[in-house]
Amino acid sequence: MGLVSRGAAEAGRGAASAVDRPGPPDAVPNPTPTPPAEGADPGSSRSPGMVLKAFFPTCCASADSGLLVGRWVPEQSSAVVLAVVHFPFIPIQVKELLAQVQQASQVGVTVLGTWCHRRQEPEESLGHFLEGLGAIFSHRPWFQLCRERGSKSWSCKATHWQGPASPAASGEDQVMLIFYDQRKVLLSQLHPPTALPDRQAGDTTASAGGLAAVFDTVARSEALFQSDRFDEGPVRLSHWQSEGMEASILVELAKWAAGPVCLFLACLLSLISAASACRVFKLWPLSFIWSKLSTCEQLRHRLEQLTLIFSTRKAESPAQLMRKANMLVSVLLDVALGLMLLSWLHRKDLIGQLADALIPVADRVAEELQHLLQWLMGAPAGLKMNRALDQVLGRFFLYHIHLWISYIHLMSPFIERILWHVGLSACLGLTVALSILSDIIALLTFHIYCFYVYGARLYCLKIHGLSSLWRLFRGKKWNVLRQRVDSCSYDLDQLFIGTLLFTILVFLLPTTALYYLVFTLLRLLVVAVQGLIHLLVDLINSLPLYSLGLRLCRPYRLAAGVKFRVLEHETGRPLRLLMQVSIACILPCSSKGLREPG
Amino acid sequence: MEDEQSFSDICGGRLALQRRFYSPSCLEFCLSCPRITLRSLTAVTCTVWLAAYGLFTLCENTMILSAAIFITLLGLLGYLHFVKIDHETLLIIDSLGIQMTSSYASGKESTTFIEMGQVNDVVINEAIYMQKVIYYLCILLKDPVEPHGISQVVPLFQSAKPRLDCLIEVYRSCQDILAHQKATSTSPEGGDKIISASNRRSHSGMGAYWHRQEDKR
Repeated sequence: MGLVSRGAAEAGRGAASAVDRPGPPDAVPNPTPTPPAEGADPGSSRSPGMVLKAFFPTCCASADSGLLVGRWVPEQSSAVVLAVVHFPFIPIQVKELLAQVQQASQVGVTVLGTWCHRRQEPEESLGHFLEGLGAIFSHRPWFQLCRERGSKSWSCKATHWQGPASPAASGEDQVMLIFYDQRKVLLSQLHPPTALPDRQAGDTTASAGGLAAVFDTVARSEALFQSDRFDEGPVRLSHWQSEGMEASILVELAKWAAGPVCLFLACLLSLISAASACRVFKLWPLSFIWSKLSTCEQLRHRLEQLTLIFSTRKAESPAQLMRKANMLVSVLLDVALGLMLLSWLHRKDLIGQLADALIPVADRVAEELQHLLQWLMGAPAGLKMNRALDQVLGRFFLYHIHLWISYIHLMSPFIERILWHVGLSACLGLTVALSILSDIIALLTFHIYCFYVYGARLYCLKIHGLSSLWRLFRGKKWNVLRQRVDSCSYDLDQLFIGTLLFTILVFLLPTTALYYLVFTLLRLLVVAVQGLIHLLVDLINSLPLYSLGLRLCRPYRLAAGVKFRVLEHETGRPLRLLMQVSIACILPCSSKGLREPG
Repeated sequence: MEDEQSFSDICGGRLALQRRFYSPSCLEFCLSCPRITLRSLTAVTCTVWLAAYGLFTLCENTMILSAAIFITLLGLLGYLHFVKIDHETLLIIDSLGIQMTSSYASGKESTTFIEMGQVNDVVINEAIYMQKVIYYLCILLKDPVEPHGISQVVPLFQSAKPRLDCLIEVYRSCQDILAHQKATSTSPEGGDKIISASNRRSHSGMGAYWHRQEDKR
């Protein structure tokens, strides 16, 4: 690995530290040969006292001396160090390697400066040697980081070379060291989404401002991180090692097979969606029924989710990926719970028992309703009802119940078959089974719904009539054109009949109100039960289990930002900060939360 | 360098402001809130236990007493972990950004970092809080759409609520750093890569430089 060494300045030990240089900070000692005749750079107008930032990986803090390799971001005046190239090296090979990396990752990777990890006192010769390196890998500003082995004292210096006209005016800037963990920054995916493939090579992150540029740099340099330190290449690097190629053949096979499988499933799902969207189902009775049944709603929702999961388009951003993963996990959990329910039902043969128990339960409910109506037809809660109206309404509702019971008895031979098929639908998921249960409850209590509708309509009519006749009683009228109440002069016969009707309606009010109240409460009870079932279904649909799992196992994936900590600081030394990735709470899951009112 | 001053908050409690000056471009303020006092703790515990004992004499069920003990313990733990903030820290780094950290009594820390590119200004605002008018320090964030507009106001030191004299101290130092940052950021950057070919040394080309390692790993 080591070639013949030539060169006048090496063979020294230690390095010149910036701290040992006497004199004003802007006096740079000339290297041994003539100072490098840089072309005068007319555009260099540095403001004094500007602080440069150097992002340094924590894994390189204990590496041997060498060259710093990374990217300089002029807009942020910060240098992102990606790796350290160790001595000995051949400059041409280093430049070749950097050109390769630059082409592969489209990140402007260059040599930024030197890194020195020394133990003893510095020597002047190595200082000149390092200055010489600055001449070969010309980069402005040129960083010189130095650390004493075994202690926490760092020093860093950034120099700008000026032209030969003013050799003493090349200045140094203050440098602030920011340590970052390459692995965490890479895995936390805080960088902006990947650039479009049709963008030019070369640096294109002009729009990424601030720290996003740093993250972007680290993320796109993954090609650099894949080279192993035990590789016998021409250049030895020190950086965080990525995991490299996947070694397990099963995982590789799974990744390879995922493409065609997704394509096949996407085709299948599109066929199903097309079939369900055909014109037959849009006819009025069918579309009305579909919109009322919560099972159809749930099935449609699941179909949408599956279409999204198996779509062949890759997720554009980490948030979308998270959403897809959450949906997939919720679908899998749903199916697993459904299968568990199915096995439990079949093991205990509960379906047969349910079918046997359903008819007596329906009968019991009808009987209770009949008792209720008899009670209403008497003197409920001590109130005195209008006998005639009471009897009419009571008999009407009793007849309804009788019809309902006959209908249920007619259906009884088919109940077991229906229930068995319903149980089978639990394969599609627990949510589907629960939706079907909710629909069955709705169907079985349809008579209660009918009673509620009748009672509500009667009550509504009565209230409207009462309000209108009350206005007449006071001599006013509702002006439909102006949407307000106006006074009106009525004829005597109008007033007479109006008052009569008003009196009749007022005296019939308690009866109707009581029927309305009772049936509304019954309906509310049924709605509450259905609502609980729907709540459970929505919970299963929208619980972000993948994010929860990530929060427990890999919290850095849920990174939401960074935080800084100031490390031990001594006066005269550069400021050192540690940048850590801070974890957010669970990402808000943006899949469909509560279902729309059907 | 570090110095500490004592101020008071809007209710009259004592606050301690610690200022750490790391460098001209990095400053940290740490405001400590008044601690939880033994008197208030004892008062709450006694109230809860007296109420539980009163219920116990009515119901003759010992579960009430155990439940009261559990509630007190869990309530105290929850209060220390979620509610009671011990100190709030403001770290300003010149070209990086502003970071606010709240440390709870149980040791939990919650941090927010705002990049300097998003910060428009740091100002002292007035607000109506319950029946008082108070001053508070806040960060104004830039609007990405409109360059001079303000998109968000982030209040600082919300649980400590210091008075104006303390806020003025913090405000002055923040403005110093912000002014310095604005001054240095408006100058054109000189970070162009060097175009000219550098003068190679006399031993040009394929010479390799090697550096004898002082110690082998």
